Amino acid sequence: MIKIAQISCGTEYSGIQNEIEKAAEMVNAKIIFPDVPLDYIGETAEITGFDVQSAGLKLMFARARALVEGLVDADAVFLTTCFRCAEGSLLKNEVRRYLQNNSDIPVVMYSFTQNTKRDELLTRMEALQTIAEKKQLLARKRQEGLTLGIDSGSATTKAIVMQDDEVIGTGWHPTQAVVLSAKKAVNDALKTAGVTLKQLDSIGTTGYGRRTLGKHYKANLIQEELTVNSKGAVWTADCQDGEATVIDIGGMDNKVITINKGIPDSFTMGGICAGASGRFLEITSNRVGVDITELGELSLKGNHKNVNMASYCIIFGIQDLVTELAAGVSREDVAAAACYSVAEQVYEQQLQEVDIREPIIQVGGTSLIGGLNKAFEDILKIKPIVPKYSQFIGAIGGALLTSAYIGEE
Amino acid sequence: MKVAIFPPNSLILADLIERSGHEPLTIMKELSVRVRDPEIDSPPLNITPEDSSRGLKYASAEAPSGVRGRLAVFGPIYEEADAIVALKNSPISFGCLGCARTNEFLLYMIHSSKKPHIILEYPSSEEETICIVREILDFLKRMDNND
Repeated sequence: MIKIAQISCGTEYSGIQNEIEKAAEMVNAKIIFPDVPLDYIGETAEITGFDVQSAGLKLMFARARALVEGLVDADAVFLTTCFRCAEGSLLKNEVRRYLQNNSDIPVVMYSFTQNTKRDELLTRMEALQTIAEKKQLLARKRQEGLTLGIDSGSATTKAIVMQDDEVIGTGWHPTQAVVLSAKKAVNDALKTAGVTLKQLDSIGTTGYGRRTLGKHYKANLIQEELTVNSKGAVWTADCQDGEATVIDIGGMDNKVITINKGIPDSFTMGGICAGASGRFLEITSNRVGVDITELGELSLKGNHKNVNMASYCIIFGIQDLVTELAAGVSREDVAAAACYSVAEQVYEQQLQEVDIREPIIQVGGTSLIGGLNKAFEDILKIKPIVPKYSQFIGAIGGALLTSAYIGEE
Repeated sequence: MKVAIFPPNSLILADLIERSGHEPLTIMKELSVRVRDPEIDSPPLNITPEDSSRGLKYASAEAPSGVRGRLAVFGPIYEEADAIVALKNSPISFGCLGCARTNEFLLYMIHSSKKPHIILEYPSSEEETICIVREILDFLKRMDNND
């Protein structure tokens, strides 16, 4: 059982402490609170120079310092404060930087509300647990044998067959019923690879439907998408040795993951607003009358500055685009504005929470939309790498990691 | 030498820096850049709408826009400076940012800065004032000698 140090302010007065502990329990982890002497709290404020008013926040920095100085032992850190607390958000970000600069403990941040439920925390806890407990597995660089990876995403289900570190079969199907969609994607992947299910040495599943599919296919590896996708991303981009940042914008959510030597050490997940997801671009493509596969090319011909967008929201944002189309703005400009809106929202809400490390690897289905790549390049002033099979990284990560289980029951 | 001050709109501190032969970096100068910039259509009230987003360099999206907007103006001042002189816990009339959270963060930024800096407590008597002025002038002199 791994120990996750909770460094937080306000959870005990927000009615969510139980949810945090239950989420940790579900991934076989234990929440601990680093104990520090009273003097240590004031001393930390003096040493760091961050003299906040709230004592709970002062305690947070002291607890982080205790971990860095080795006074308390923990495998991972869950860093959390109340949503919309100004002082909390400023300090939380600095505590995260402090931990990342001075230790190799994986950290995940979260801003909670009174409605925070264990399911929202589960993927984060599971990823923390994986990073802390399965470093050996995540350090695997090569795929071996004949393996299948299935990524059951919210919008599409992807399947990949790999043999001796090469992709030999791919399958893709829109996600409807989880098992049915997976069967179609898997059949396509097996067919293009020219192999049968029985010949496979090992199977790995990831994504929203990973547990259902894991049970159905008797998978050797059932793993959340944060660690699996990051593995797939660094494999496809051939960046397994140094540092990297993965931007993964999927059908209904988005993730930004920082990586060191092929292992994720910090991440942030969106999911509050679909305006920063592939769904927003899908609706836009319907509105401008092109297939989603043509939206990228169309958007590269437009200029986002010609469109007045007042909202990132999937509803109000689309409303703005429709109004602009009606006012005579070109389809190209509207497509470019939609891409820019997604990139800007990911930048403002996700990328600010991680230290951006080059190269930036852009993956997920949306990475194939050229206008979105350009929007990220404009905003970040760094050209993202879009590797081959960028839309299949979850399935590739699954196929790669599951090869560690070949020969095991 | 460019010397940033805290509070960044303190006329007294700016004057002290100037009298000792250095260039004080102040908010007034930073805001006037925005007012005179021909690329900006109409002079903004302190910051432009983009500044709040620029403040994301210092604080996350969750931080209030007013904090981020302030940091977009004040943050670059401390980055540009060769040295920093700060007086903490000063009264409003001495200089003020109007936001306790920004004050806390900027003092933290100054404290963690690798640039030469001095952080002093605002004086409460004439004797303390004399001491503080002397400490600031000594600090600046040391910086001069290092140059």
